[in-house]
Amino acid sequence: MAGGEHRGRIVVQVLPRIASLRKRGLAGWTTLAGSVIVASIFVMTLAAPWISPHDPTAIGLGKPPHPSPPSADFPMGTNHLGMDMLSRIFWGGSTMLQVAVISVIVCLVVGVPIALLASYSGGILDKATSLVMDSIYAFPGLVLAIAIAAMLGPGVVNMALSIGVVYIPSYFRVVRSQVLSIKELPYVEAARTIGARDRSILFRYILPNVVPSVVVIATINFADAILTAAGLTFVGLGISVGTPDWGWDLTWGRQYLTTGSWWIIAFPGLMIVLLALGFTLLGEGLSELLNPRLEE
Amino acid sequence: MSLRSYIVARVLLTIPMILLLLTMVFLIIRVMPGDPADLHFEKRVDPEILAEFKHRLGLDKPLPVQYVDYLAGLLSGNLGSSMQDFSPVGQQIFSAFPATLELAIYSAAFAIIVGVLLGVRASRSYNSIPDHSIRMFGIVSYAIPVFFLGEVLIIVFGIYLGWFPTGLRFNPRIEAPQGLQLGGWRLATGLYTVDSLLEGSLTKFAESLRYLSLPVLALGTVLCGIFIRMTRSNMLETLRLDFVTSARARGIKERAVVYAYALRNAFLPILTMMGLQFAALLAGAVLTETTFSWPGLGRYLVTRITFRDYTAIQGAVVFYGVIVALVSLVVDILYAYLDPRIRF
Repeated sequence: MAGGEHRGRIVVQVLPRIASLRKRGLAGWTTLAGSVIVASIFVMTLAAPWISPHDPTAIGLGKPPHPSPPSADFPMGTNHLGMDMLSRIFWGGSTMLQVAVISVIVCLVVGVPIALLASYSGGILDKATSLVMDSIYAFPGLVLAIAIAAMLGPGVVNMALSIGVVYIPSYFRVVRSQVLSIKELPYVEAARTIGARDRSILFRYILPNVVPSVVVIATINFADAILTAAGLTFVGLGISVGTPDWGWDLTWGRQYLTTGSWWIIAFPGLMIVLLALGFTLLGEGLSELLNPRLEE
Repeated sequence: MSLRSYIVARVLLTIPMILLLLTMVFLIIRVMPGDPADLHFEKRVDPEILAEFKHRLGLDKPLPVQYVDYLAGLLSGNLGSSMQDFSPVGQQIFSAFPATLELAIYSAAFAIIVGVLLGVRASRSYNSIPDHSIRMFGIVSYAIPVFFLGEVLIIVFGIYLGWFPTGLRFNPRIEAPQGLQLGGWRLATGLYTVDSLLEGSLTKFAESLRYLSLPVLALGTVLCGIFIRMTRSNMLETLRLDFVTSARARGIKERAVVYAYALRNAFLPILTMMGLQFAALLAGAVLTETTFSWPGLGRYLVTRITFRDYTAIQGAVVFYGVIVALVSLVVDILYAYLDPRIRF
């Protein structure tokens, strides 16, 4: 089963709509704004080695006392160790983006196939899987992620795994409800009548129709993954000290709030908000563009 | 299906869900890479001490025996003993929970009231500037990490303006609310706003509200986005229905049409949303409590992570899971009672 075919279908479904985004009113603008925000942050993070004025982990920059407020030399100020906040902003999205991307991949690779198989075959398999997924879904996501991350220990992949487990049920529910209605449609019945095998019905006939919803849930899930990653970092289950990370800066900057050093938390915090907002807007817009029936 | 048999079926479905959840938590703590006892001692430790430690916590028994012990313990309300000081985890959790509950109740009330009012307002001016700004507010509030919002509120209202305390649950210089005392008998809920009223002290009531304000504002704002969206889309649908038009045609005031007629009908999905959001509320409370040093269950969990106290982590996670399962059970039953179609 060629993955390229499906990727092709996604592009075919999305591309012509991007060209006419501006004609599609609010949904178009939302999608456009979301893509611009997300793309800019990706580009900024990739370009960090070339655009940041200082080494993000170099300490004792500029004149003491640290932390020092924004100035001409350090537009976003320095933190308590005398690190340049602007450089840390440029570099700091990397961990969070990696965690989010890996966790979404985990969800796609595990959640979607399970949902397809379980809901297509129905019966006891479907019931059992649904029960497991519903139990996870009902749980406070962050608490479960904390429990898993606490056992797995720090690291990008471990964080991504603990977040992935929490969000697999969201994918499962969306895909399952779609498959349940699609598999009763006449064209699927027709395929079965002409003797198509189950595997081929599932992947060639049903999967392509599920793809738009998966794209939407994955995009919205990016925002959740980023907020959960920030939350894990906040409770002390993030990446180790050496790596510049918005979540880390936001967490450790708290200690300096009483001295009025607002810049240590303000800029990393705003970057996280912007990133989560970008993905949310993108998801909202895509959901209206790809599934116009959902909203009028 | 009658309401009674629906309730029975729903309760029966809750049991395997809770059991599954308990098993999952058990497996996460025991079977995932890294033995909890080894992890607890970060550095190398004398094997004898480690063996004694494991024995004391029952971690040296075979896994199936541990599992049975764990379930049997839970049935009698025993959540194990802490790795930190061997004190019973259950007691610590029960004493921390009222703080979380109080924070959760007020935040949910804030989120629902603000969310529903803004949602109704947006639906009344569909596709206009107020509608767009309210929707935008909903989306942005959803994208803010609650602890960042909390920190901003601390800087602005706590440190810069000095209006509200920046942390803790009650003024340390005053005795905490004791509840109603009649002779040797004491009635206390653990919710400070209620206990201070039971005690008859308005000063303490005002003080507990003052300490609640910033955490509730942070958590409530983050949660209200979903209620805005839910109310708005439901109201848009309902306002278009015939009974609304006929109410208007009868000359009933627009305000009454919107709030008494339409909102009442749009309220069922909002109720379901409340049930679903309860888990999100507790998850948000973990971060809010940590931000404001609020002595609740979330803060307990987070402190225990630093101590690598895995029995306490397990206990707290189990407690969260059971609470959420029970709340969703109650919401579903309430929903079935209000809307008989659900039962079929």
